[in-house]
Amino acid sequence: MKALQKLYLREVLSGLGLTAAHFFRNMRLHVARAFGKRDAHGAVTIQYPEERRPYSPRLRSLHRLVRREDGSPRCVACMMCETVCPARCIYIVADEHPNPEIEKMPARFDIDLGKCVFCGYCVEACPEDAIRMDTGILEFSSYSRGGMIYTKETLLSLEPAGPNGVPTSPVPIPADRTVSGA
Amino acid sequence: MTAALTDFGIAFARVAFVMMFILNLGGLLTWVERKQSAIMQDRIGANRASILGFRIMGLFHPLADAIKMLTKEDFLPARADRFLFKLAPFVSVFFGLVAFASIPFGDTVRIGDRVVPLQAVTLNVGVLYVFGMLSLGVYGVMMAGWSSSNNFALLGGQRAAALMISAEIAIGASIMGVIMVYGSLNLMDIVRAQGVPLLPRVFGAWIPAWGVLTQPLAFILFVTAGIAATKRIPFDMPEGESEIIGYFVEYSGMKFGMFAMADFLETVVIAGLTTSLFLGGWQVPYLQATGFAFPWGATLDLPHVLVTLMQVGAFSLKVVIMIFIMMLVRWTLPRFRYDQAMRLGWLGLFPLSILNIVLTGLVLLLVGPRA
Repeated sequence: MKALQKLYLREVLSGLGLTAAHFFRNMRLHVARAFGKRDAHGAVTIQYPEERRPYSPRLRSLHRLVRREDGSPRCVACMMCETVCPARCIYIVADEHPNPEIEKMPARFDIDLGKCVFCGYCVEACPEDAIRMDTGILEFSSYSRGGMIYTKETLLSLEPAGPNGVPTSPVPIPADRTVSGA
Repeated sequence: MTAALTDFGIAFARVAFVMMFILNLGGLLTWVERKQSAIMQDRIGANRASILGFRIMGLFHPLADAIKMLTKEDFLPARADRFLFKLAPFVSVFFGLVAFASIPFGDTVRIGDRVVPLQAVTLNVGVLYVFGMLSLGVYGVMMAGWSSSNNFALLGGQRAAALMISAEIAIGASIMGVIMVYGSLNLMDIVRAQGVPLLPRVFGAWIPAWGVLTQPLAFILFVTAGIAATKRIPFDMPEGESEIIGYFVEYSGMKFGMFAMADFLETVVIAGLTTSLFLGGWQVPYLQATGFAFPWGATLDLPHVLVTLMQVGAFSLKVVIMIFIMMLVRWTLPRFRYDQAMRLGWLGLFPLSILNIVLTGLVLLLVGPRA
């Protein structure tokens, strides 16, 4: 056994047989697909931008601010999320709410997603269920640090993801995310 | 005057054909490598490069590679030896290209009253020529490592030189058995001798005397050493993509691309040499110069042009199959450690090649030459 292994030859040939078997099986499937057999898949990979895996409903994706029925933020600027945030990426400026029933509202609510670690503590800490991470949006890269800062208006405009975690609102382009001078 | 021109034209066409064959095949190998590895690994492989929306299975990727490499910065280290640094990639590619010259891609072809052998250069020491040119490729590698004035590049060059020398000793020694059996150093003669039946008294005219049947041990040794000579996985410790730094660490742009290309050209050369020495070269089984002569007695006369085309096609097909096998090896086996590769070369391949020479000599002595 030891001597046989030292010869390499048998092991090499069995390895080559395995990879060659994969090659010819996949090649046959690719050819079958090219000739119109749609359920033949020569590859197990997912062609990412065109095909996507269904996301888990528990996925923590881009944040959004939940709206009241009149469209104003449900947030009462209690600073719980800003306090609990381990990355310190949330910045809130509180303001009086015109409705005396409601104590406060955020004048500014900025999240620096360049710093965010997507731990979801802000969602857990929120007593008003005003912030959620269920938009299903994962691709929000930017060429600048400023483009990663999301303002209250942008966060309010986002919608929850549909079934299978498909985003229903468009990804805000970097210019729309940041208030100029912020 | 016209006769001289015709001669020149024929010579030019022979060289141009070989040049186009090896350059195009070498360029295509980047695509073959990507796609074959992808299909072996249940992937699809690079398919995004497109022109006007046409992707044609990723065939534009070699083109995209070339554009990328030509437009990248051509970096020259401050303390490098400028002349040798610039010369090294050309040396590597040059010897990869010219090595193919004496490998025949077909039998002789009649043009008017001329009989033209289908190989770029007719040499009666063709085997030694190919072997020599392959060995000279080491100089490009060593030059690159030494002239970069980078310690890691120098070490990489040393590793490459040690590997290629140990591989080429084994290549040379394993070829000896083939030369003894077919009694010639001329590659054309060797290929022609592989068309005659093997042991006609035992098998009749059924089995042609291909090198892989007369020299099975030499075939395995030669392919192993040949893969080592191409400096590709499993013998890629000169560069070792993911872990160690190779001799071309200081190279960028197209000079780097030329080193990569030299490896592919060497792959084609080794595949062509294997085909010529062991797989019958341009021989199609039972195909003679005038047409098929089947062992059961039937004959099928074919025109000269068709026979020639079939021979060139058979040679190309065999080379492609050899390249497929070498790619299969490259994407199946992990890398040898440096000492393992040295031990394999000097204590495995080389003594076995000597043993093969001795055995071949004994058999030839007992059976008689050209049995």
